[in-house]
Amino acid sequence: MADEIVLKTAPADFRFPTTNQTRHCFTRYIEFHRCLAAKGEESNECARFAKYYRSLCPGEWIEKWNEQRENGTFPGPL
Amino acid sequence: MIVREWLFLTIAACDAAEPWQLGFQDASTPMMQGVIDLHHDIFFFLILILVFVLRILVRALWHFHYQKNPIPQRIVHGTTIEILRTIFPSIIPMFIAIPSFALLYSMDEVVVDPTITIKAIGHQWYRTYEYSDYNSSDEQSLTFDSYTILEDDIELGQSRLLEVDNRVVVPAKTHLRIIVTSADVLHSWVVPSSGVKCDVVPSRLNQISISVQREGVYYGQCSEICGTNHAFTRAPGNIGRLLSPLWLSRTTRGATHPRSKLLQRAAGAVGSQGARQ
Repeated sequence: MADEIVLKTAPADFRFPTTNQTRHCFTRYIEFHRCLAAKGEESNECARFAKYYRSLCPGEWIEKWNEQRENGTFPGPL
Repeated sequence: MIVREWLFLTIAACDAAEPWQLGFQDASTPMMQGVIDLHHDIFFFLILILVFVLRILVRALWHFHYQKNPIPQRIVHGTTIEILRTIFPSIIPMFIAIPSFALLYSMDEVVVDPTITIKAIGHQWYRTYEYSDYNSSDEQSLTFDSYTILEDDIELGQSRLLEVDNRVVVPAKTHLRIIVTSADVLHSWVVPSSGVKCDVVPSRLNQISISVQREGVYYGQCSEICGTNHAFTRAPGNIGRLLSPLWLSRTTRGATHPRSKLLQRAAGAVGSQGARQ
């Protein structure tokens, strides 16, 4: 209980300055999986992207995309 | 924004719709305060113009009454007055535009990274809130549903059709990012005291950035027609109402403070509240 709590979330991305953040969430998800593909499963860099997409994207979307990736039908440039 | 906060501790702010309410609810964010100030600015010019126009109208009716003044005037031009009545009404909107654009563009400025992200997902006819900042895997969000309490179940002192069973809890004086989306049809996430109104669209994430400056309980109602229970009926499966109590955010110190226990629960053991019911 003596630990400091650090509050952090996905930072504002200047590539997506407007109200519509759909692309932001999608891009973070893709960046995470590309990072995994490039660097392997255990890199810290990738954990950062994972936190970002989990903060931004609704759980249902993530579940759907995970299923699509497993089926090979994910509509994005992984 | 609010000086001498301790003076306000015994005053109950208007953060919910009151019967026969005419004015705004009390502002809890700088954005809402800006909206109220702009309203005052515009209202000043509005009254100015209203009084002027009414005076001219009454004067004309009074002095040019057909019995008191039977011979009509035959004036058709008046260069000076025409110039004045063109220039003057174009200066007034300039005075209105200055605070208006200032507020509009300040709303869009992304000055600082948000501290916490909360997702609000609209359903027919309730809301789901997800706090996912401290997940360590895809399944561990702190998620809960928020239904309006039925009129039959309301306790003494609660607001009818505004109370919900699970409120969104949000820290005060921190920059929040609220991401709204919908699982079915259009809704709108509204908290009037915070100056928030954002349409909730399926397959789209809309971002709202606010920083609530005082603690309290804030109420809001769905503002986009979303079916039978959009407003209020007695059917079960209630309308999505949402409200957010706030607590002082003791972010990097005072971890033993009782108010930050909820934050610790969110930050540390997300597993305990993770399963969506």
